[in-house]
Amino acid sequence: MNSLHRLPVEVSSARVTRVRHLLIAMRGDKLALFALFMFVFYCLVALLAPLLAPYDVNGTAFMNLENAELAPAWQTGDQRFLLGTDSQGRDLLSVILYGTRLSLTIGVGAVLIQVLLGVGIGLLSGYMGGRLDAFLMRVADIQLSFSTMMVAIVVLAVFQTLFGQAAYQQLAMLMLIIVLGVAEWPIFARTVRACVFAEKEKEYIDAARVLGVSKVRIMLRHLLPNTLSPILVIVTIQIANAIVAEAALSFLGLGMPPNQPSLGALISSGFNYLFAGAWWIAVFPSVTLILMIFVMNLLGDWLRDHLNPQVTRDGR
Amino acid sequence: MLSFIGRRLLQGMLVLLIISLVSFIIQDKLGDPVRQMVGQSVTPEQRVALQQELGLNDPLMLQYGRFLGRALQGDLGTSYYYKAPTVEVIASRLPATLELSFGALLCVIVLAVPLGVFAAIHPRNVLSRAIMVFSTLGLSVPIFIAAVFLMYFFAIEWRLLPSFGRGQTTSVLGLWQSGFFNRDGLRHLVLPCVSLAFVLTPIFIRLIRAEMVDVLHSDYIRYAWAKGISAPRIYFVHALKNTMLPVITVGGIQLGTLVAYTILTETIFQWPGMGLLFMDAVTRVDVPLISTYLMFVGGIFVLTNTLVDVIYGLVNPRVRVSGEH
Repeated sequence: MNSLHRLPVEVSSARVTRVRHLLIAMRGDKLALFALFMFVFYCLVALLAPLLAPYDVNGTAFMNLENAELAPAWQTGDQRFLLGTDSQGRDLLSVILYGTRLSLTIGVGAVLIQVLLGVGIGLLSGYMGGRLDAFLMRVADIQLSFSTMMVAIVVLAVFQTLFGQAAYQQLAMLMLIIVLGVAEWPIFARTVRACVFAEKEKEYIDAARVLGVSKVRIMLRHLLPNTLSPILVIVTIQIANAIVAEAALSFLGLGMPPNQPSLGALISSGFNYLFAGAWWIAVFPSVTLILMIFVMNLLGDWLRDHLNPQVTRDGR
Repeated sequence: MLSFIGRRLLQGMLVLLIISLVSFIIQDKLGDPVRQMVGQSVTPEQRVALQQELGLNDPLMLQYGRFLGRALQGDLGTSYYYKAPTVEVIASRLPATLELSFGALLCVIVLAVPLGVFAAIHPRNVLSRAIMVFSTLGLSVPIFIAAVFLMYFFAIEWRLLPSFGRGQTTSVLGLWQSGFFNRDGLRHLVLPCVSLAFVLTPIFIRLIRAEMVDVLHSDYIRYAWAKGISAPRIYFVHALKNTMLPVITVGGIQLGTLVAYTILTETIFQWPGMGLLFMDAVTRVDVPLISTYLMFVGGIFVLTNTLVDVIYGLVNPRVRVSGEH
């Protein structure tokens, strides 16, 4: 039993050196360092949005039509609104901060579901093998062949017709997280399964089995820690994908409602004013979104190159 | 081999059945055929009688069976809005979407193949690094942002290109309204195609590069170098051929992404294709049209995926063997 209890400890110390190894490698790569810095910055902004925002978005004075469509501060000289205001007189900076928070929340929430489902099914499929494995992987193949965006558009459109627009808007965030989460589990499941296939032939798994450790425990305590680095690689890129998908769905009117804007919803409402000359309503949220996705993609690519598991981003 | 094809076909049929079940349930739960036929102006008794007559009180499976029977004869209901069979409505919009996708894919091939191959041949070159950073950047720009800003600059600010619609079309052999054969139609095609290509090209650059790097490290290429074959011949004849096979398969699987992107592009440019039709149907709660679109797109997916699988199995025997277990 002693050796069994020591195992997780060794794994975690291996992870510490892995992280240190990554940090050392990152110091030499300016682009990666920049990406990491920006990513941390975005996370902080999302977490601290209520403290950072110059105005309280839930306050009664926040929406004031007298201030509608003011240009950014350096054009008007009006110091109250740094990035200008939108069509309802809301301070654009505050709305963007909250939008970033909402977009990241949806992205992270969706990926959490993906990880839970994908890792669970991947472990099961890889460790049990046989007919169950064949069946689950075929299901994964079929689900992957229907692209996430397509599935999300159809499912959300059907739900919107089913519930009616008003009721749907109440549930929008939950629906987005669930749909984006459920649609992409196969990506995690496949990677974890491939990892488990390689690991389960090794001697420490045999040893655990001989000692009579239960299947569930072998999967969770022994196999799972060894599949962590490929999971880490996909997580960053998957969050980015989920945020883009959410933005596109909001643009189509199937995502977040205008009174609770994510970055995507902000951009799409800004487009209506772009052609009327109020460029800042669309441009600032767009830049925020693009930069966020860009640094996450850079970070994901960099992690993949350095942890080097056998996953290809576009090979699906 | 035959059993492999048979299994894939069977599986395709199964998926199609599931899709048809889903679209049947959508039609059944969301639509009220009686109200659709007679409106509000009948007594409850007449309504019940009509329900009985139409078989709406039959068990669900029986109704589903009838739905399938009609679907096999090409009858998937009548659109509420267009007052015409949904299959005809969708078929009339098909050419627009096909031309849009074709134009976009043409742009993608012209751009992605040379750039991807270059980045694979010279991995350390500054230009290749720039290509890769730009493709990551391109991957990070959501398609609707790209499309709207392209439209803003080229159609509104500089007034170079039209901003919406298909423009003038010419009839080809009486069964296809095409925009490829006149100036106006082509001008309308440019912006939507470029927007689509803008987001698809980075995906393919990265794919081609990754595959090509793998191929260039393989033994037969090393042998070709040793044999003294000229560099262009190795790159463009020996290596590219083996690069394109996986690229085409993955491309086939990316079809779903393409369909989703056409929905977005068509909505932005008011392009009268299937995607715009679908979004309009959603706004108008045109249930038969929604469910037919679902069947239609699902059918195309299953068909291409089965084809891709079978072709891949024919070309690459290893897939077949691993499928045996």
